[in-house]
Amino acid sequence: MTILVNEVRRGFYMDSVALMRISRSVGAMPGVKGAALMIGSVTNKALMRDAGLLGATGEDAGPNDLVLAVRAESEEAATTALSSAAGLLDKPPSVGQGASEWLPKTLDTAVQQLPGANLVLISVPGEFATAEARRALRRGLNVLMFSDNVPLADEVALKQEAQQRGLLMMGPDCGTAIIGGTPLAFANEVPRGSIGLVGASGTGLQEVSTLIGRSGAGVSHAIGVGGRDLKEAVGGITTLMAIDALDRDPGTEQIVIISKPPAPSVAKRVLQRVGESRKPVTVCFLGVDDMALPANAVLVSDLRSAAERALGGGRLPWSDRPTVAALAATVGAGRQRIAGLFCGGTLCGEAQLMLRRAGLAVSSNAPVTGVATPKEAPGAHRLLDLGDDEYTVGRPHPMIDPSLRDDMVRAAFTDPEVGVVLVDVVIGYGAHDDPATDLVAVLPAAAERGAVVIASVCGTDQDRQGYARQVGILRDAGVVVAPSNAHAAELAAELAGALAAAGGSSR
Amino acid sequence: MEVDKLLNTEVRVINVGLRAFAQDLESRKSPVVHVDWSPPPASSVKFGSLLDRLGV
Repeated sequence: MTILVNEVRRGFYMDSVALMRISRSVGAMPGVKGAALMIGSVTNKALMRDAGLLGATGEDAGPNDLVLAVRAESEEAATTALSSAAGLLDKPPSVGQGASEWLPKTLDTAVQQLPGANLVLISVPGEFATAEARRALRRGLNVLMFSDNVPLADEVALKQEAQQRGLLMMGPDCGTAIIGGTPLAFANEVPRGSIGLVGASGTGLQEVSTLIGRSGAGVSHAIGVGGRDLKEAVGGITTLMAIDALDRDPGTEQIVIISKPPAPSVAKRVLQRVGESRKPVTVCFLGVDDMALPANAVLVSDLRSAAERALGGGRLPWSDRPTVAALAATVGAGRQRIAGLFCGGTLCGEAQLMLRRAGLAVSSNAPVTGVATPKEAPGAHRLLDLGDDEYTVGRPHPMIDPSLRDDMVRAAFTDPEVGVVLVDVVIGYGAHDDPATDLVAVLPAAAERGAVVIASVCGTDQDRQGYARQVGILRDAGVVVAPSNAHAAELAAELAGALAAAGGSSR
Repeated sequence: MEVDKLLNTEVRVINVGLRAFAQDLESRKSPVVHVDWSPPPASSVKFGSLLDRLGV
């Protein structure tokens, strides 16, 4: 038997990360099968409905209300969980979290409190983000909009307005930026240098900027544009403005552009603008191997190659790469499949490219061109983007809270077909305090694993989690740590090929 | 161009939304002010949006 209970608090607001922490704690209580605490926006209600967490009471909530939803084995378990959620909601913030400090309630008062403010970072629910961005632009402030679920028409209108005012409108759905050395949202501490990045992908920018940083070079600015900027409707407004700005910027000597394959008309416009620059440009339209480019530009098709090109063209080394034969010897009989469990969407995409390039059959819930969905190809190697909406209803993104992935990593070892577990570990601002320790805690003892774990860490030693420290924790637990996501995926592909050959499979 | 000024001066951030983003900036001593944001009353959302469009 399953009981669904909804409670609605009218006129109550708390930010989504704080709410998800409470959801997670309530969801882990005995007898609870699912829990979500979400503001009753149209999008959130649809997500809760799909997850079987929305009843008639919750349906009645509006965007100013909070829905508490619990599905449990018994009425008693549901009631206990709801009262625990209420207790956590009503708990005053602890010292250091703003208990006594006065905070402005509007943009206007905030501007008075911070003279010279030049950027507004917006992460309110999508329904309200447009109005906040418009206010910011009209006060002459640049915008980084982390919020998603913003209508496409709003994005176009905001970007056109920003363009007229000469302001940068990064996003919506912009997860990462580094402006003049200051990391914003999910970004890393990367040394300053002369390489300017423009990216429609958050983890793509993180991977390229940290590969550059760890190689001893640095980044002038990393400008996020939002995942839809290079679609036909938006026309690459922010990408073009970012290229213009980096072209004028005396501190930027070369430019790297990172995006999924853009709409053809937008690609044409971007490349035309690239050709007008006197600076060298690396163009990475993920997975695109062939495209006519202006003389000052070079095309690369993955993130590692983008970093390598920006660093001068040499290959990033992997000096202690283990041999495939040695790894294959530790894999249990009959285990041949790769289970890729990713926090970073673009890292998942890049890994798919590597497997595809190696001639393997690959499936993903976020497939790149030429890759099937797990439903279409159930027997193929499976790379999952766990940050996708289908996994994050009422739960924090796995980069913030890896518990979702923990469950799937555990499950991978019990699957008798899985011989390789491929993961990304993303550190930096916004990310979990110690994702390596969290991951290692769910791994079976090395001798009992029966599958090889291959990881890469996206971050730098200047990040609070520490790149070397995270790598050390993983290696101590017998995890193979590659110097980049692409290296990790390539090794996984080679190993899977060897396992298939040894097992006589055609996979 | 305003964007050039942004790239060539210290970034000073007003954070509207997730508190953690402001705390991250505070932890590295970057100038930031967090806004204690809450959704506007439901009745004013449509009206507010109209005012926004009119540039008021």
